[in-house]
Amino acid sequence: MTTRLKLAVWKFASCDGCQLQILDCEDELLVLAEVVDIAYFKEATRHEDPGPYDLSLVEGSITTAHDAERIRQVRAQSRILVTIGACATSGGIQALKNFDDVAVYKSIVYATPAYVSSLATSTPIADHVTVDYAIPGCPIDKTMLLRFLSALLAGRKPDIPTHTACVACKHSGVACLMVRGIPCMGPVTRAGCDALCPKFARGCFGCFGPSETANVDALIAQWREMGVDEATIMRAFHTFQAWAPPFRQVGDVVKSQTSPSRGASQGQGRQGHD
Amino acid sequence: MTEETGPRTKVIQVDYLARVEGEGAMYIRLNGDVVEDVQLKIFEPPRFFEALLRGRSFTEAPDITARICGICPVAYQMSAVHAMERACGVRVGGTLRELRRLLYCGEWIASHSLHIYLLHAPDFLGYAGAVDMARDHPALVKQGLALKKVGNAIMRAIGGREVHAINVRLGGFYRTPSRQDMTALRTEIAAGLSLARETVRWAAKLDFPTLELDYEFVALRHPTEYPFCEGRVVSSTDLDIDVAEWDDNFEEQQVAHSTALHAVRKGRGPYFVGPMARYNLNRDKLFDSTRALAEEVGLEAKVRNPFRSIIVRALEVVWACEEALRIIDAYAPPPQPAIEVLPRAATAWAATEAPRGLLVHRYTIDAAGLIRDANIVPPTSQNQKTIEDDLRAFITQHTHLADAELQWRCEQTIRNYDPCISCATHFLDLQVERTHGH
Ligand code: SF4
Ligand code: SF4
Ligand code: SF4
Repeated sequence: MTTRLKLAVWKFASCDGCQLQILDCEDELLVLAEVVDIAYFKEATRHEDPGPYDLSLVEGSITTAHDAERIRQVRAQSRILVTIGACATSGGIQALKNFDDVAVYKSIVYATPAYVSSLATSTPIADHVTVDYAIPGCPIDKTMLLRFLSALLAGRKPDIPTHTACVACKHSGVACLMVRGIPCMGPVTRAGCDALCPKFARGCFGCFGPSETANVDALIAQWREMGVDEATIMRAFHTFQAWAPPFRQVGDVVKSQTSPSRGASQGQGRQGHD
Repeated sequence: MTEETGPRTKVIQVDYLARVEGEGAMYIRLNGDVVEDVQLKIFEPPRFFEALLRGRSFTEAPDITARICGICPVAYQMSAVHAMERACGVRVGGTLRELRRLLYCGEWIASHSLHIYLLHAPDFLGYAGAVDMARDHPALVKQGLALKKVGNAIMRAIGGREVHAINVRLGGFYRTPSRQDMTALRTEIAAGLSLARETVRWAAKLDFPTLELDYEFVALRHPTEYPFCEGRVVSSTDLDIDVAEWDDNFEEQQVAHSTALHAVRKGRGPYFVGPMARYNLNRDKLFDSTRALAEEVGLEAKVRNPFRSIIVRALEVVWACEEALRIIDAYAPPPQPAIEVLPRAATAWAATEAPRGLLVHRYTIDAAGLIRDANIVPPTSQNQKTIEDDLRAFITQHTHLADAELQWRCEQTIRNYDPCISCATHFLDLQVERTHGH
């Protein structure tokens, strides 16, 4: 009997949307379960096998001291560790608090903030342990995930795209939205969704995160020319991939000359940028 | 895990519940046959959505709140758009409203099928998970996946993708589907409808543990439709309010063992939201064909045993397929994909029916459309106290069960609610402690 790849799926601070993409492989799930041994996947089964694991898929970011410790244990038990999605790869939308004061956040949501233990930051997995591969997206694309797994199973080096959404857009023959005056983050966003938003006449909002050589300054200049205000530019970069460089640094480019882009409400000392 | 902690004290605990969405645990302490403590613990790390929404644009609320939950993002988008539109004095009607209902049908079908077949069925048939179950029941699991795929096909066609639709905006959509897109979809949904009917017939034949409490069911009620996005908030007792009167009638309490807030009805206590509540309060609004199927399989008009929620969920999948077909058959592309929504300073509420139950959003925005304040009450935090009450009642009646069996049944009791812990945190870990003597 050949030994199957022993798979574990882990969750940290996240929405479950990326691991759901595994269960969303309706046509492939049962085949997948034959070629890999699903040893740990809490969302799918109460059965669990102890480590070590050949492959760990990690969803979510690190926001508590307990999780910072847990990810070290996961790493120690995993031969290959792969982050799935924006939360795990760059901190997720919850990383917006990194720019702000967490005490204020807790008091907004909870009447007795002391019951809630939470670190001041939401950080990507790679800030804590070595990550072998990172699959981008909020959420990840299931076709990309399946291609990634097939490559690993076949012993090939997985190919995760690094080019921009614009390249995918041109391949699909979609007419550029920017020409029509619709701001689009395609030029700085990595491919992987097959230019989904432009196909729906919506500007890309960067959910796959920055492409490898993202020229953020150039895009900002172009958006300004189109008449996009500073606060909107700031918010666009600081959403699902806010903590991913170079989106993270956009606050240094966009000056707070206009109304602060976010967080200045009720003068709680929250800044629109770091 | 079971642990004898004293001569007659016993703790049953599950540190990390499986087949629920998010991270939760169960802790139960028994003294002889007396249940001393039950806690549905939620340790999902909070992500502070209500805080990070402050200062964002009103147009961003649907996409941002979708990231609270990857299992029911459409529900978040729908509650957000309706609240913002109410704030701005805009009502989206006609075909755009129908398309929103169609998208919501997609989420109900996908989310319910996921729960029925992959998360809940293994409890009834005695498997750890659907993959194990598939070894003995391949046709059953394949049927579930095929049905789930129908829901996802709708979300792809209308929303752009299965998780975190990109096509939803205030006022409507970015692009509306063509007639041809709809024709392709129709064939898939029609096939789904037969699978859904089979699912109801199959679910009705399962063995159900007995459990009945005197619940207060809460759901939306609309004058003519089975509820999605509109209607009054009503209950099986005396409640009948506009969602804007929420704060006068409900409150959220913080408890030490949970990062999720517990919602209770003021002056009354815990209540019950979700498919059973919707069905019990809106059975008359189902299609005649859906109701006839309920009668055929012997589903009572008022379902009070939460283990039977699996039949109700399946029935809602049937209804959602029928509703989707109705919408598609009447579809003609609207003149524009969205109507304009201009900001104005206001506070507004909206409640829609997420697959797991009522999802309430409240926003305050300023004249420029910046969010000043946000409050979100997800279904699981509303059900959390009711789940604890169910556990207490169930264990009291079943202390004779062996520990491993008791633990599993307790997990199933929790899964009756399809709890979504990711949602509730803004939520879950299971432990049972048995004490014998004093
Ligand atoms: S990256 Fe997005 S879809 Fe994935 S878990 Fe995080 S919030 Fe959810
Ligand atoms: S629409 Fe956006 S992604 Fe497509 S080519 Fe233009 S800028 Fe690039
Ligand atoms: S186009 Fe941009 S925002 Fe839209 S799905 Fe692709 S990466 Fe995400």
